[in-house]
Amino acid sequence: MADARLLPLKLDDVSFVAGGRTILDRIDLTLEPGVRSVILGANGAGKSVLLRICHGLIAPTSGRVRWNTPETPGAPRRQAMVFQRPVLFRRSVLGNLRFALKLANVPRHEREARAHVALARVGLEGLAERPARVLSGGEQQRLALARAWMLAPEVLFLDEPTASLDPSAAREVESVIAAIHAAGTKIVLVTHNLGQAKRLGDEILFINDGRLAERAPVDTFFRQPATAEAAAFLNGELPWH
Amino acid sequence: MNTVPLAFAEAASMIARGDPRLLEIIWLSVRVSLTSVTVAALLALPAGAALAVARFPGRRATIVVLNALLGLPAVVVGLAVYLLLSRAGPLGAFGILFTPAAMVVAQAILVFPLLAALTRQLVADAWGVSREQLLSLGAGTGASALALLFDLRFTLVTVVLAGFGRAIAEVGAVMIVGGNIDGVTRVMTTAIALETSKGDLPLALGLGIVLLALVLALNIVAHLVKEGAQRRHG
Repeated sequence: MADARLLPLKLDDVSFVAGGRTILDRIDLTLEPGVRSVILGANGAGKSVLLRICHGLIAPTSGRVRWNTPETPGAPRRQAMVFQRPVLFRRSVLGNLRFALKLANVPRHEREARAHVALARVGLEGLAERPARVLSGGEQQRLALARAWMLAPEVLFLDEPTASLDPSAAREVESVIAAIHAAGTKIVLVTHNLGQAKRLGDEILFINDGRLAERAPVDTFFRQPATAEAAAFLNGELPWH
Repeated sequence: MNTVPLAFAEAASMIARGDPRLLEIIWLSVRVSLTSVTVAALLALPAGAALAVARFPGRRATIVVLNALLGLPAVVVGLAVYLLLSRAGPLGAFGILFTPAAMVVAQAILVFPLLAALTRQLVADAWGVSREQLLSLGAGTGASALALLFDLRFTLVTVVLAGFGRAIAEVGAVMIVGGNIDGVTRVMTTAIALETSKGDLPLALGLGIVLLALVLALNIVAHLVKEGAQRRHG
């Protein structure tokens, strides 16, 4: 049996052009399992587009996205994504989870129990019967994380998951992300929050103007950025400079 | 001259005592329109959702045609159904011209574009918001369309009620294919048209009042459903 894992993920010469504007410019990178990769960069640098291309939500204009073992079309997905604004359906909290389990072909009699386990892991078990859309922003995002985690994805992509949350809700979300990583899921996180990048990242992929400008372990990146663009970004973003 | 106040008084008393002629006509109207809207909705809701979510050649053209059909004149639909169902027509063998079944067919055709176009618009908006999440969860086209229809269920109730309102208030098509036969195919609108021209104002007025009340009640129900759902589900 060949290694059936999704990772590593290789991007070969990936570009994305929209409306004559180059959003991503010849990106080459490999995402390995284990390490938490944080994609950092200014607004409009192309971080979110890069994440969507990795997850298969948009196709690159040119270049290739190669998984070690690609997913089978139509089969349950083995990767998940959590968006800045959680998309929840007009059902109960539990109903949202049952729906995702159904899409993943989980047999009906297992769904209820698995959904409850998933809720407990993010501290929402008390809200199981509530309509999902009336939860607070932080609770909604934790529900989105529970939904993603429930299916034990090999990779979890996160697109600025705390950008619309207040600090205490953001901390809860960060601790759930840490727990998901500890349980064995590869984390790929897009953020422009430097503190979050330090807390949640093992390595930084710095995107500037659609190019992968720099890639380094977190400590190295923040202590001695190798490129002038990264140094400028860090200076601009750090409030105490 | 006080015919109008007298007619009103007589109409009110017909309603109050439940005049059998009045009730029979109302009951047929409701039955025909409920059936036609049910048939139309069963076809139009999935069709509208599919048009919003699926990508296929000719999709844009289909949407343009569908939107154009919103302005379909009822009498033209009546004429077309008449030709189809008449003895010499392609569906003449069924022998349903001048029966309630023919009226159901005409009303369903009339209401289908309304339901499908409104559904398409609603689902397309929801699809814009949820597309990436549904793809991320591995939902295919069919599963996405069904999930969005379910997500919009409360708004769709109001869409279907709007379709019922159009069906029950329509005259031209049911007049042509039903024939306005007393006791067989006479519905509220055709009866109002006939009784007014005959000068039997009380019956026409009574039916008019009931029709108005019905349409008003439908709108109130639609509004309450939507509000209640919004309060509960956000």
